[in-house]
Amino acid sequence: MEASTTATQVPQRPASSALIVRSRHNRVLLGVAGGLGERLGVDPVLVRVAFAVLAIAGGAGLALYLLAWAVSVEPDGELTGARPVRRPAARQAFALGLVVLGGLLLLRQVGLWFGDQIVWPIALAAAGSAVIWARGDDRDRARWAFLPGNPIEALFTGRVGLIRIVVGGLLVVSGLGLGVANTGASLAAAGDALLGVAITVIGLGLIFGPWATRLVNQLSEERRGRIRSEARAEMAAHLHDSVLHTLALIQRADASPEVVGLARRQERELRAWLYRAPLPPEGRLRPAVEAIATRVEQRHNVPVDIVVVGDAPLDDAGRALVDACQEAAFNAARHSGAPLVSVYVEVEPDELTGFVRDEGKGFDPDQVPTDRRGIADSIRGRIRRHGGTVSILSSPGEGTEVQLRLPRGQG
Amino acid sequence: MIRVFLVDDHHFFLAGLRAELGGEFEIVGEAGEVDAAVDGIRRTRPDVVLLDVHLPGGGGRAVLEAVRQTDQEIRFLALSVSDAAEDVIGVIRAGARGYVTKTISPPDLAAAIRRVQGGDAVFSPRLAGFVLDAFHGDLTGVTDPELDQLTAREREVLRHIARGFTYKEVARRLHLSVKTVETHVSSVLRKLQLSSRHELTRWASDRRLV
Repeated sequence: MEASTTATQVPQRPASSALIVRSRHNRVLLGVAGGLGERLGVDPVLVRVAFAVLAIAGGAGLALYLLAWAVSVEPDGELTGARPVRRPAARQAFALGLVVLGGLLLLRQVGLWFGDQIVWPIALAAAGSAVIWARGDDRDRARWAFLPGNPIEALFTGRVGLIRIVVGGLLVVSGLGLGVANTGASLAAAGDALLGVAITVIGLGLIFGPWATRLVNQLSEERRGRIRSEARAEMAAHLHDSVLHTLALIQRADASPEVVGLARRQERELRAWLYRAPLPPEGRLRPAVEAIATRVEQRHNVPVDIVVVGDAPLDDAGRALVDACQEAAFNAARHSGAPLVSVYVEVEPDELTGFVRDEGKGFDPDQVPTDRRGIADSIRGRIRRHGGTVSILSSPGEGTEVQLRLPRGQG
Repeated sequence: MIRVFLVDDHHFFLAGLRAELGGEFEIVGEAGEVDAAVDGIRRTRPDVVLLDVHLPGGGGRAVLEAVRQTDQEIRFLALSVSDAAEDVIGVIRAGARGYVTKTISPPDLAAAIRRVQGGDAVFSPRLAGFVLDAFHGDLTGVTDPELDQLTAREREVLRHIARGFTYKEVARRLHLSVKTVETHVSSVLRKLQLSSRHELTRWASDRRLV
């Protein structure tokens, strides 16, 4: 499973011809380790550990790091945009480990060495942590994001958790062993005991570290989210009480039609903000139909009542229905003289229906004024192209209703 | 004269209502929060309570639930600036006989009060749309077909109301008497109040205030 993911992700080699291009995204100090990791196809964490271990061995790692920095170049421009997602390949990591080991042995021979008792445990601990942190990769982190409240449960979920706990456990035990073996021997061994303690701490950190960091991160993220939503609810309640009431009062008062229209539009916008999800779903039929009201009211200052039953993705048929309803509503607002236009849209299993109605002056369908005929024809054209039917019911003094039916799912 | 009790915490609005309705109805009391409303209604025993959905101390729903424990015959018409589905369905399920928004014109409001007093239900186009929406879709979770489903006739009546027709127009267009239309609407109201259809709750809470 893991092998296949690795194989499918073609490594994105930096375009430059330089030996190492410093990483822009994966940067702790100068981006050297990140760049080297990208070039070698190894997790940068491992590269960093290699540098660190070699640095302990008489400072060789530091020298190497500076050398690598000197020969590397800064990335030009925005690279390829997206951060290259790569998983550490086990083979490369193993190879890097061997190289470091070789380097250490070489340095030991040469004499650049602080002593076996210091270098080996630290190298071991560093390698162990590297394995664990590198393994705690994307998938693992994704799981930690939905982390259960119980650290023990978090520890034992999955293979990665098991590896981490085994390695971490070994380090703790060996660290404790080192510490215990040296206590009481002599004062000179106190340094070793300290080392044992350090290794123990590192081991514990390995076991619980990732869980703890993630828990802390998650908690603070949750807290921020809660503060945001509380602030929003408080503001919504306030707006609801004060502003919506005022807007309702204006509409009931004998204000001029312009003022009433304005209050109505403001109310609609505020309501849309208060009662909808933070991001209105794009590409749905319902919001598209509801948007008709704003447009008609803006242009003709005639209020539009909209009722939508059901919802569906906004496909071609849906768009045709919305456009036709809008034209019919514009038409009613412009010509009927009615104080209100009603739009009703229902999503049924096999068809979409739309009704646009006014209680205005109406007309005789046999003697349609030419300006209205043009619009009626364009509504008919739209709907018929999608296999639907249109009927327009009207008579003088009786108002008008445009009825639209469209079969669903015929794009 | 029909005796009306007003419950609203918005003083301007209350004053406006009093002025509009005072000539036609006897305003027997007013309250601006839940406890005062429950006490006042129990004491004055009005025919109709005009109930604001949003009230300090538990909302209009708390008033409905308290009063209906002791006085079943007092009728409630919910009145709100909120068009949120959860609010609308909430007060209806708690026992209100109808729901109108505060932008309703004074004559329409007076007509709605009379209709509620007469024992009928008052469905605005929006409420009709909500009900159609809530009873829409498949029938999973239906336990009582009598209560959890609308008949074809009820659905048709509701569709006409949602399209903006008055009860009288609906009757004419469907070749029914106005009384039959009222019966259908009352029956829908009963289903809305009593149905355990789980879509109803889920649907309303899906559209809750965020």
